[in-house]
Amino acid sequence: MSTIQNLNAFDPFADTGDSEAQPTNYIHIRIQQRNGRKTLTTVQGLPAEYDLKKILKVLKKDFACNGNIVKDEELGEVIQLQGDQRVKVSEFLTSSLQLPKKNIKIHGF
Amino acid sequence: MSDLGFDPTLKKKKKSKKVEGDLTAESSAAGSPAPAGELDDMFSGLKKKKKSKKTAEEGASSSAAGSPAPEGAADDLSASFGDLGLKKKKKKSTKSSDVTDFEQQLEKAGIEEGDATAEGVDAEESSPASEDHAGNGSSSAGVLSYPSLLSRFFTILKQNNPELAGDRSGPKFRIPPPVCQREGSKKTLFANVQEIAVVLQRSPEHLIQFLFAELGTSGSIDGEKRLILKGKFQPKQMESVLRRYIIEYVTCKTCKSMNTELKRESANRLHFLSCKACGSTRSVSSIKTGFQAQIGRRKKA
Ligand SMILES: [Zn+2]
Repeated sequence: MSTIQNLNAFDPFADTGDSEAQPTNYIHIRIQQRNGRKTLTTVQGLPAEYDLKKILKVLKKDFACNGNIVKDEELGEVIQLQGDQRVKVSEFLTSSLQLPKKNIKIHGF
Repeated sequence: MSDLGFDPTLKKKKKSKKVEGDLTAESSAAGSPAPAGELDDMFSGLKKKKKSKKTAEEGASSSAAGSPAPEGAADDLSASFGDLGLKKKKKKSTKSSDVTDFEQQLEKAGIEEGDATAEGVDAEESSPASEDHAGNGSSSAGVLSYPSLLSRFFTILKQNNPELAGDRSGPKFRIPPPVCQREGSKKTLFANVQEIAVVLQRSPEHLIQFLFAELGTSGSIDGEKRLILKGKFQPKQMESVLRRYIIEYVTCKTCKSMNTELKRESANRLHFLSCKACGSTRSVSSIKTGFQAQIGRRKKA
């Protein structure tokens, strides 16, 4: 009678991983409209252990756009990129930096 | 079934095979059925226990729910199973057929169930029990097929509780498409914010705050309570933002209902979403604008 559920190694109440506990260290990717058709992408909340300067250098080259780093008093260093690079940045963060996708939040339309 | 549950049967089969092999050396014709029968007996023991447990549970639920008609038939069945145990054992010893006891039980159950339906005066009440057993794979002539019962269930559900039947087309859940007009060359007029906020049962201020944060812009409300946003936005874009708002701040994660309420707990200053359909509550994050890049003229003194 090993079909008794209590004897199984599998715990049905175990943490499944995708719990409600949300990470507080979200990476926010936002878009802002500038004059005309121009837009601006901001990446906020990148982990401090990364060298933002090096990331920016790669991003600028990969996306063929200009960009810069802005220091915010509360939110730390933020990467700004010209144009709508939200999807591309998200892809870069997940594939190259191995960041979990659930930590990235893309805002905007 | 789990791996644990399956392992012993494998071992047993190996054992029986070994026995078989030994026996075949002596007499292949008579040797093989005996271990098989043993095996079947073991399985029947397991299954019978399960079955009786099930029926016992059903009986308990019937006493709790107070609807004796359908479960009464099940009780009859369980009683008949007790008799069946003896009959089947006799059969086993005489026949030692390949058919498992469980199948035999089911067959008997099918007959029994047919009797029950014949006896049952209320066709409507006896039908669930008979359907339950017919669904187990018995070959009895079930009058009510599963699809017909399923459709019947859904028609009743739709009549009495359309929201649970997945019908979201009611007037309460019809969200009007966002109406966006160009206001000059740089601004967008979002005409029906007020209406949408009312349908979603949210305060317009909350919705507007979310729109500003998501779109990374600012704006104002005109005399007719329409929203004027800085920047150009298509209705389609507004729709996607609204959809995100609804997922975050309107729908219940438990039952997917949009009939919810957003309350602010004054004690801990957190927003809580409570569902009016199922009663569940979850906390929602407050709207954060986050980093806003400086756009346009730089303030250089
Ligand atoms: Zn709910």
